[in-house]
Amino acid sequence: MVLDIIFAKYNYIIYITLMTIGFYGMIGKRNLIKKLIGMSIFQYSIFLFYVSAADVSGGTAPILLKEPAVYVNPLPHVLILTAIVVAVSTLAVGLSLVIRIYKEFGTLDEDKIIELSR
Amino acid sequence: MITDHLSVLIIAVGLLGAFFTPIIGLIRKEMCSLWASFIILLQFLISIFLLYQVIIAGNISYWLGGWEPPWGIEYAVDLLNAFVLVIVAGICFSVSIYGRKSLGFEVPDKELPLYTLYILLTTGMLGIVVTGDIFNLYVFLEIGSLAAYALIAMGGRHSLTASFNYMIMGTVSASFILLGIGYLYVMTGTLNMADISALLPSLYGRPVILVAIALLVVGLSIKTALFPLHTWLPDAYTHAPSAVSAVLSGTFTKVGIYALIRVMFTVISPSYVIETVPVMSILSWVAAIGILAGSLLAIAQYDIKRMLAYSSVSQIGYIFLGIGMANKLAMTGGILHILSHSLMKVGLFMVAGAIIYRTGIRNIYQLKGMGKKMPYTMAAFVIGALSMIGIPPTIGFASKFYLAWGALGAGEWVFVVVILLSSLLTAVYFWRIFENAFFGVHEDIKKDEAPISMLLPILAFAVITVLLGLLASLPIGIIEQWVTGVLP
Repeated sequence: MVLDIIFAKYNYIIYITLMTIGFYGMIGKRNLIKKLIGMSIFQYSIFLFYVSAADVSGGTAPILLKEPAVYVNPLPHVLILTAIVVAVSTLAVGLSLVIRIYKEFGTLDEDKIIELSR
Repeated sequence: MITDHLSVLIIAVGLLGAFFTPIIGLIRKEMCSLWASFIILLQFLISIFLLYQVIIAGNISYWLGGWEPPWGIEYAVDLLNAFVLVIVAGICFSVSIYGRKSLGFEVPDKELPLYTLYILLTTGMLGIVVTGDIFNLYVFLEIGSLAAYALIAMGGRHSLTASFNYMIMGTVSASFILLGIGYLYVMTGTLNMADISALLPSLYGRPVILVAIALLVVGLSIKTALFPLHTWLPDAYTHAPSAVSAVLSGTFTKVGIYALIRVMFTVISPSYVIETVPVMSILSWVAAIGILAGSLLAIAQYDIKRMLAYSSVSQIGYIFLGIGMANKLAMTGGILHILSHSLMKVGLFMVAGAIIYRTGIRNIYQLKGMGKKMPYTMAAFVIGALSMIGIPPTIGFASKFYLAWGALGAGEWVFVVVILLSSLLTAVYFWRIFENAFFGVHEDIKKDEAPISMLLPILAFAVITVLLGLLASLPIGIIEQWVTGVLP
């Protein structure tokens, strides 16, 4: 019974797991780069949710075929393309901030940065 | 007719303007700020025209590319949208004039990225307000946020870590919003706000809708810096360039509140969030705690910008309190407080920027004699502070009056006490500045006023704060009409 749910909905379980890992990375890690990695995992887990929700079992790609066929829902994929662009830009801003912080403070450790900026 | 396309032009003008800013900057660097002011002036004029059109002819619905909603993206403008549009565009325009000197001093030789980002920030905020598509709202929110992170990071050494923390918090909030939108989309199969609100009532029993509401409320509360989630705000506002702090405090948090109102009261029906699930009363209690906590924290600060930042946390509580009580009077007061807090807080931040520009002083105990040195600037500061405390005839009095009246009408005595107590606390933390600036030691201090391009916007905000306080029936009329249409 429980196993059935796990096997039927495993991608949703993976999405929640990834989200938790990303959240931990953002909060628990003291290194700024690791925080950024956590942030990316957090964002990408949501993309997995969207794409999983779009899936139709046995569905093909949403292109025009001669005979009628079952399609997966294309709209979430398009939304996630937009969201990926947003995530990449956020990561770029984050990394450039990290470079500036490293030049300014000489370290990426959050505790040391807090000490230095007193 | 071009007037049919105004609701999309307000975005298109901004995006094109931001694109051409670096090109203009390559020809002549000094032109950048003028160009930004010009573009934002255009957006301001369009927003005024949109408000006029909505008042005259009713709601505007624009179909992007001619695709009929719910398949295409719709830009829907009603009274609330148009009202917030005018506030946002107006403030961005005034601060862009002010910022010519202020930003030139605090962020020298970075005109190209600075003004490109400034226009993008404005456009992102206007986009959040004008759109009628819930995913579009997320995209504009991220455009605005990314511009804001970069703008904050231009403030120097300490602003880098402030911006990094804001980015982490902001990304968590945006991800929650995206996830909430995803849950709503999975349940209804549409992204158009009007369409979702038509399809949702049959689904209200499902737990997924509850999760979606929880995610959206938490996400937007981080963006608006509601009290326990405000931790990014003080650092970001303190260390950002003064003009950027002014814009962010005046408009960015307000736009988040607008999004929350839009999602809670028009996408999800008011009766569900008020009666079935007590989201709104929880929000109002959190806001009441935030009002007091923000004021108390502000009293403990000695940096003028940090004090204003904590004061923002407290004032955002007022807006949430009004929305959370969700009766007509309190809601009107809450939405009016969006306008009044924008006006006075932008004015106060601009004064802080002018003081930093002239003297470099940030500690409020070193402001002695400032009343003699910069009389007009400090006069504007006094008016803004009086409006903050809620003394008639300023606009701050009108919105606090409506909030208290609404709380009395709902029989919420605790909230009335909170509003009055916080007004006293506000008086306490502004009094320290009055005392130092006007009643300090009287040495021979020469008058050394801020330059005219900074002084004009500051005085304009002070005058408008008083004028709108006298003519408060104008904005109240618009808001009341919207509130009556939404609340049962």
